Amino acid sequence: MTISLDLHMYLGLSAMLFCIGVAGVLTRRNVIVVFMCIELMLNSVNLSLAAFSSQLGDPTGQVLVFLVMAVAAAEAAVGLAIVIALFRNKQTVNINDINILKW
Amino acid sequence: MIDQYVPIGIMMVVAIVFGIVLANINKWIGPKRPSDEKLSTYESGMEPVKTARERFSIKFYMVAMLFIVFDIEIVFMYPWAVKFKELGLFGFVEMTVFILILVVGFVYVWRKGALKWD
Amino acid sequence: MDLSLLLHDTLAIGPISLITLVGLVVLTIEALHNKTENINCWISLVGLAAALVLSLVQLPTTGTAFSDMIATGGYASFFSAVFAAAGLLTVMLSKSYIKKQSIEHGEYYAILLFAIVGMMLMAAATDLVTLFLGLELMSLSFYILAGFVRRRNESNEAALKYFLLGAFATGFLLYGIALLYGSAGTTHIPSIVGKAGMLASSTMFLIGCGLLLIGFAFKIAAVPFHMWVPDVYEGSPTTVSGFMSTGGKAAAFAAVLVVFAPALVRGVEPVRDVLAVIAALSMIVGNVIAIAQTSIKRMLAYSSIAHAGYILVGVIAANSYGAQGVLFYLVAYTMMNVGAFGILSYLESEDGKNVSFDDYRGLSASRPTLALLMGIFMFSLTGIPPFAGFFGKYYVFAGAVQAGYTWLAILGVLMSVISAYYYLRLVVLMYFSEREQDAPVIAVPTSGLGMAALVLSAIALLGFGIYPSVVLNFISHFF
Repeated sequence: MTISLDLHMYLGLSAMLFCIGVAGVLTRRNVIVVFMCIELMLNSVNLSLAAFSSQLGDPTGQVLVFLVMAVAAAEAAVGLAIVIALFRNKQTVNINDINILKW
Repeated sequence: MIDQYVPIGIMMVVAIVFGIVLANINKWIGPKRPSDEKLSTYESGMEPVKTARERFSIKFYMVAMLFIVFDIEIVFMYPWAVKFKELGLFGFVEMTVFILILVVGFVYVWRKGALKWD
Repeated sequence: MDLSLLLHDTLAIGPISLITLVGLVVLTIEALHNKTENINCWISLVGLAAALVLSLVQLPTTGTAFSDMIATGGYASFFSAVFAAAGLLTVMLSKSYIKKQSIEHGEYYAILLFAIVGMMLMAAATDLVTLFLGLELMSLSFYILAGFVRRRNESNEAALKYFLLGAFATGFLLYGIALLYGSAGTTHIPSIVGKAGMLASSTMFLIGCGLLLIGFAFKIAAVPFHMWVPDVYEGSPTTVSGFMSTGGKAAAFAAVLVVFAPALVRGVEPVRDVLAVIAALSMIVGNVIAIAQTSIKRMLAYSSIAHAGYILVGVIAANSYGAQGVLFYLVAYTMMNVGAFGILSYLESEDGKNVSFDDYRGLSASRPTLALLMGIFMFSLTGIPPFAGFFGKYYVFAGAVQAGYTWLAILGVLMSVISAYYYLRLVVLMYFSEREQDAPVIAVPTSGLGMAALVLSAIALLGFGIYPSVVLNFISHFF
């Protein structure tokens, strides 16, 4: 398969965004910010999918993008709900304070 | 040649006039009794100018959560709308099933009182 | 595609449609009426039983539905039956447990049913899109179930950890799917597996496989992506932990066996090597850390990591022996782990206590039946004949030897010997140890439904152990 320059650029951008997301998840300590970084990861993949889809001339990738968006929305709702439940009990959203369970 | 553009020209004129009228009709026919409160910037009932670092009522999160979930489902109706004719009855039935499932969720949210503000 | 085809396809994936419908009905009843826990429990039980029967009826058929997005019959039906059975046992155990924990809401059953739908979709997927949807449906349901005891900090924490790490892993999995799609030009899994030999030299394909492996390793709880397992299993409601560790693991393995099918594993050497390292590490880390645990719930969590390692050995073997071993192992593991967690949930106190090794001292004197059942589950987890756990291990390791992975098989057997230490320690404590005089005795209400579930899983373990051909006859033609 020959890969055009354009596709390379999209994939490069997508990979960079993904890495920024991963770095954010690993370094940030606020649950909400971590969560936003995860969303960044998912959306960078969406960019890859759309690029592949247009390169291959095949709509499956774009359909998957739709589904990923819907899933990410559901995930956001569940995540927010969990964070709210936690906040009501502990009054914190800092990951370092969430540490009763270990070993 | 040029007369083919006449309907578009008429449409443009109507749109512009309609826009101007709608934007100003209040100014022309409405009664005016201005006060301090009325002249302040309106932003969904919130205080427009104040410190941004404050906590919001948890009710906003609830609404945001529900909004995200139901809002994004619209995305699935776009492909359906584009291919509506080709899909025909099959597409309609599929979409009805999809929406019925959403309705179950909606009924649940409604009955559980998640849509009540107070 | 016309309407009759739509109807045909909906019936072809009968168990999935049925459980979805039952889940929606439960949710509607919960919304429209108050005090509905009992009726929702019974509706779920009936629905799951019907789905189990339907899966078994469809087992001899084979085909695909919805434009080749979902497989029907055969492999998919086999796993539908496993998930329906696991769900059935979990619901039976849950009824009294969620009452005790005062989390008796109808949503519990609805979300459990949706999780089962997700699992069935994963096992039936013939397309990466379906696989992704199933995986997410299952995971999202589990995030909620893990945090179901809202008032308890441990439960909140388990849900948050599971959610953050789970969503993180989803990102990797999805990136893997994207790269596989880009390199193979399709999301149809059998086509990708068919092209595997050709694609093995493509860097993009290999990176895609690697990312997909990270995502799956997380879901099956394999080292080095196991950090969430002990915390989540300990903090979640016990019946949910039992279900996550069995149904969730079985679903993930079902998907692994479809994507990393024997043909792909044999054709792409790097994938096989990475899998071997993951399996070895899981067996070692899981078993060694499990020895040090004082809480049985946490011990079972680490043992779950170790079992993921054993089962992976069957995937690496990539021959019919190994693949059948994986399926048999999953059936056995489902029965024994639902049972073991079931007994924990049975004896757990309202505040989540009474789950440590010390609390089980002298159990045979106070609760002889429960002690006997726990003994059976522990023997089976160790892999001692005549229980089903033994045959699972036997087939998996035999497959590995046949494929030339003798070192993995030897490691697996060695680690099973180590695991005997902590599994049998519990048996020794129950039978040959006195309860401390000042230890408070916790009165546990008996529950007929829960007891029935425990006895059923013990009987199944014994039955499949003595007549493994009952299961093997069904699965022998899949690979």
